[in-house]
Amino acid sequence: MTENVSTLTEERIAYLEGLVHQARTAAAVFSQYSQEEVDRIVKAMVLAGLEQAQYLARLAVEETKIGLMEDKALKNMVATEFVYNYVKDKRTVGVIREGPERGVVEMAEPIGVLFSLLPITNPTSTVLFKCIMAIKTRNAVIFSPHPSAWRCCFEAVKIMYETAVKHGAPEGVFSCLESHDLEDNKYLMQHKDIGLIDATGGPGMVKAAYSSGKPALGVGPGNTPVYLEKSADLDMAVVDIITSKTFDNGTICASEQTVVIDDEIYDTVLKKFADLGSHICNEKETELLSRTVIDRQTGYMQPMAVGQKATTIARFVGIKVPPKTKLLITPIKGVGREFPLSFEKLFPVLSVYRAKSMDEALKVCVDVNHAGGLGHTAVVFSNNEEVIEKFGDVINAGRVIVNSPGSIGALGGVYNDMVPTFSFGCGTGGGNSTMDNVNVYHYLNIKRVARRAQAHMWFRVPNQIYFNMHAVENLRNFQSRSTLIITNAPLEQLGHVETVKRSIPPETQIRVEIIPDAEPDIKIVKQGVEALEFYKADQIIALGGGSVIDAAKIMKLMYESPEADLEELAAPFLDIRKRVVRYPDENERVNRTRLIAISTTSGTGSEVTPFAVMTDKALGHKVTLADYTLTPDVAIVDPQFVMSMPRGLTVDTGIDCLTHALEAGVSIYGSPYTDSNAMQAVRMTFKYLPIACENPRDEEARTMMHNAACIAAIAFSNASVGVNHALAHAFGARFGVPHGRANALMLPHVIAYNASVPTKFMPSPNQRGYVAHKKYAMMADLLGLGGGTVEEKVKNLILATEQLLDQVGVPRSIAELGISKEEFEMAMPDLAKIAFDDPSWKTNPRMPLVKEIVELFWSAYHGRGLAEVKTESQKEEVQKMVTV
Amino acid sequence: MIADWLKIDGERVAQRLQEAQAKLDSVEGELVLDFSTVRRVETSALRAQDQLAGAADEKSVKVALRGVNVDVYKVLKLAKLTSRFSFLT
Repeated sequence: MTENVSTLTEERIAYLEGLVHQARTAAAVFSQYSQEEVDRIVKAMVLAGLEQAQYLARLAVEETKIGLMEDKALKNMVATEFVYNYVKDKRTVGVIREGPERGVVEMAEPIGVLFSLLPITNPTSTVLFKCIMAIKTRNAVIFSPHPSAWRCCFEAVKIMYETAVKHGAPEGVFSCLESHDLEDNKYLMQHKDIGLIDATGGPGMVKAAYSSGKPALGVGPGNTPVYLEKSADLDMAVVDIITSKTFDNGTICASEQTVVIDDEIYDTVLKKFADLGSHICNEKETELLSRTVIDRQTGYMQPMAVGQKATTIARFVGIKVPPKTKLLITPIKGVGREFPLSFEKLFPVLSVYRAKSMDEALKVCVDVNHAGGLGHTAVVFSNNEEVIEKFGDVINAGRVIVNSPGSIGALGGVYNDMVPTFSFGCGTGGGNSTMDNVNVYHYLNIKRVARRAQAHMWFRVPNQIYFNMHAVENLRNFQSRSTLIITNAPLEQLGHVETVKRSIPPETQIRVEIIPDAEPDIKIVKQGVEALEFYKADQIIALGGGSVIDAAKIMKLMYESPEADLEELAAPFLDIRKRVVRYPDENERVNRTRLIAISTTSGTGSEVTPFAVMTDKALGHKVTLADYTLTPDVAIVDPQFVMSMPRGLTVDTGIDCLTHALEAGVSIYGSPYTDSNAMQAVRMTFKYLPIACENPRDEEARTMMHNAACIAAIAFSNASVGVNHALAHAFGARFGVPHGRANALMLPHVIAYNASVPTKFMPSPNQRGYVAHKKYAMMADLLGLGGGTVEEKVKNLILATEQLLDQVGVPRSIAELGISKEEFEMAMPDLAKIAFDDPSWKTNPRMPLVKEIVELFWSAYHGRGLAEVKTESQKEEVQKMVTV
Repeated sequence: MIADWLKIDGERVAQRLQEAQAKLDSVEGELVLDFSTVRRVETSALRAQDQLAGAADEKSVKVALRGVNVDVYKVLKLAKLTSRFSFLT
């Protein structure tokens, strides 16, 4: 039952409810039909429609007194035969389309019961069309014809219904209101069991449909502008326009309304119209028509003119024309209320406008388009592709018909390959929900069955990696005319620059650019770029830790692509594989250089990563660049350059390496490719970091740690890191704690955190279920830590990590650094915010809530594993901090 | 109380439902209709089902449908008949 108050009698309501009940039952039964059953019924209906085309056309003309029987018969045939040709092979049951999206299948779900309003202008053809569409999509329809076209519509529905049921359609699949009452329409439009209102007709009807609150296909009036451009085939254009505008006496709403003609061809065109039976109205006749056939107040057509012959209209308004006159041509000088004949005229009166230029012509067409024709149809006759494209661009029409008749062209399937229809969607411009030629797909709910798809992954590393002692000697394989070595002063003092120089082929011009031993600033980077330009370098050798190599990466970028906007390239992103900004590719580069990165620390792994960080002191912030084009071309991992690393640096970089490996190992972007690297790096670090700390000259330990750093970096270059880095970045920056040490403070707590059941899971299509704890357990197994269950293994990994941290002598709590509780408490809101803003955690296996970030910070402050922070007082303390 | 039981022949659904309706007078409490062989229902069957539900209400007989396959269940849902019966697996 509808909930709105109605003036309908109980008896009438019972009648309407009966129609709905019958249609609902039919739709329910119909939902079981197969495609083959449906197609068999459709074919029978089409044949019946074709057989009865002339009969129904005659009925329509007799009843409505609109249009021509011959044309209406043709329309009935188009509505059956042409529509059938379009729908016959379309799948509308079950799976209807596969792809093109990977793993996505479209399935049809019938709408159920449709309530369909029928127009006076094309009554029977619209019935045939809608019946075929409904059966093809397994829907039931209740029809409400225009009161002046009730009998012909009822007969058309009856023919379609009887044929459909005879061939197996469920009883009650179509029905037609027995009389016309606006209250009936209102009641049904608001009925909860009506799934869709399909309103073809005038603006009032369409508006009522949309106002009902129901999903509606409301398609309405048009005002078709035509641009007849000077390059067009004029004979073809004139015949097409006459054919179209006189078809069924102009009742198709896509028919031509105003033809805008280029000045140069205007007279010729008018003569051709006249030669082919059109009457060119003089000013007086035009004025006479504009006063009679259009309502000046509303701009709407006078009903008495709709669908009448040109001679009938001429006689009615008092214009003398030859008896065989097909069309009345009315020259107009503008568009809008002052020129009533510029509006829609569903009868054979065609306005023409003489345009002095293409610009003027297009503007007039736009004016016509906006005078009641938005979203509907427009026509252009031209052989100039630019003109056609421009016209298509400036006109808002669902159908832009080129070099063919508007009305028949818009119907589709005759003059072009558009979808055949008898309902023209006009888009939002016309107040409609669709701009398409309404077709079977609008009568369906289309379900998308989307199968889980693995995201495309990749594994990118530098082209060449040379490792182990004296790997630097491989430099002699790289020919270069001019090489710039980027390094810092301490490394030069240690003699490392000389070592490198010795391995470079002798013919190479070598220059050395010394930069500060700190995170690079844009000023330093620009100086480096100037040096590269000055020496016309074709090779850069970055000799140093992360800062030097990062600086060299950015110098290379700016040298090769001077137009690159670093601020834009530093735009935030979620997935490096799907970045919005695009880094210059090889073809866009002004200069070409080879970047060889030689690492002198065993931690950042910058020699193989696609990341670079620098500061812009002028702007007062960091610029983080991430793109695989930044990855060095060649990495040299030669432990001779780390043999003299002081213990502090060995520890800090070693823990950074371990953190990279542990985080990449549980990252949601992890893959078997990165896992193998991460696990190996974990194993090597646990084994060799303590040795490298205790015996700095131990060549094996130094070699393995240097390799471990590179291998861990290969893992996190492709799998990224996690929340540990987010916490360490925020904390390290705020309290000036080296990155490795900051990582160490968080590490056991983060393992415990990631290994427990997440409050919020991270979406991770490439992983089946939550696996972080299992991967930690695998690492524990690799380290031979023992444990019978996953939980025990995770616990053992945490203990082993704590042991390692103790062994290498890093502070185990933030409190140990001398940071007071009050100071830390005060910093907490900022720390939590900055950590949460940090992109590093976006690949963490569990999504850290801000309160969890706070908890992790406090665990690190106290230096106890998160799993152990469970005394009531500590819980209260944490809760208090969260509240703060 | 033992419920009355009637198997619905998949080929003659409407007819069997009418028979079930006729049987309502003799049913005490509950009537179970076995739909396990019903693969498809036609308009006449839905009509009969609707009438059966109405008659059962009048006679305060509970009608349970057993073994209804999901395709038929969906048809009953679309026809708004599921709320008028109980379903047994």
